[in-house]
Amino acid sequence: MEYYLSLFIRAVFIENMALAFFLGMCTFLAVSKKISAALGLGIAVIVVLTITVPVNNLIFNYLLADGALAWAGLPDVDLSFLGLLSYIGVIAALVQILEMFLDKYVPVLYNALGVFLPLITVNCAILGASLFMVERDYNFGESVVFGAGAGVGWALAIVALAGIREKLKYSDVPDGLQGLGITFITVGLMSLGFMSFGGIDL
Amino acid sequence: MQGIKETLTTPILRNNPIALQILGICSALAVTSSLKVTLVMCVALVFVTAFSNFFISLIRHQIPSSIRIIVQMTIIASLVILVDEVIKAVAYDISKQLSVFVGLIITNCIVMGRAEAYAMKNPPLPSFVDGVGNGLGYSVVLIAVAIVRELFGAGKLMGIEILPLVTEGGWYNPNGLLLLPPSAFFLIGFFIWALRSWDKKQVEEPDFQISAHTTAKEGV
Repeated sequence: MEYYLSLFIRAVFIENMALAFFLGMCTFLAVSKKISAALGLGIAVIVVLTITVPVNNLIFNYLLADGALAWAGLPDVDLSFLGLLSYIGVIAALVQILEMFLDKYVPVLYNALGVFLPLITVNCAILGASLFMVERDYNFGESVVFGAGAGVGWALAIVALAGIREKLKYSDVPDGLQGLGITFITVGLMSLGFMSFGGIDL
Repeated sequence: MQGIKETLTTPILRNNPIALQILGICSALAVTSSLKVTLVMCVALVFVTAFSNFFISLIRHQIPSSIRIIVQMTIIASLVILVDEVIKAVAYDISKQLSVFVGLIITNCIVMGRAEAYAMKNPPLPSFVDGVGNGLGYSVVLIAVAIVRELFGAGKLMGIEILPLVTEGGWYNPNGLLLLPPSAFFLIGFFIWALRSWDKKQVEEPDFQISAHTTAKEGV
């Protein structure tokens, strides 16, 4: 239990997807002008990450890894080179299914998430988390915790950035830094702040 | 219709994918702490962008628009797998350092963005050139950031010592911050500042105009 808690804290703070690995930066910068929009996207990312990372974990361990097809009588087959293609396929399909499911059964949430759901397919944080999961050999339980933690960390970062940007729009920024430039500097400072979590071990 | 030369050169400075279109920033930041790794990443990205644009443009009349994203993804993912396997075979050390970022070229918005915005509407050859141009625009920013980070952060370029470090009996005291992730944000921020001071058209309009200070006389 403690081990899982530590993994979760590490995924949220120390190895924050957005601020330590720069994943999902494109949407991170583009959709962080308003807190409400950032919150919607953040929740969508948490949901999608918590589902896709474990699913990709199962696919990797039972279909793609070296010797994983032993249960089908093919112990010598190594399909791990198909990894990238399968993960992105799984992510795209799951996002689509989630969208249809929410539309039918939870229309409130569907309307709240709106345009952000399809955007998530091309969010590098989602694919990145799956690739980290494979690289670090997480088992099924770990991958659930890691997926959720990575999502929470990303959501936290984007909501915090949106909060700062909402305040920042009243400030007098030099011409060339206006907009994107100052956002980069802000994210840099936030990232510096998050680095102080480094070294915490539970 | 733009000439081939303009298609190639505009994305490098005038319409830079990173500085202006906000595309492909994710990997731009993570791989730039060493120049050698950055160069490999740039070559990989130029290759993938150019060929994905070319192939998508080649079959653009056959792709039904409702499933075009999946088709584009499949083409891009296949190209990335190709690049990934080549890098693993030729330069294993570098592929370890790039870790997941080669795989993340798939979701690099430059590739998808150009496929969607340019290759779906233009013939194969200009699309190919547009891919190369945008890849180069990305590379320019990345290489500039990587040179600053490695030179001032570790006193080296491509692993060759340029500024002798204090710890090794030299005179240069390295700035360790440059090797840490946040420095990449600052450098790209400054790069955007420089680029936009040079080309005023790229400056964004502020959301609110700040009114001038009132002088003491007006206040009374």
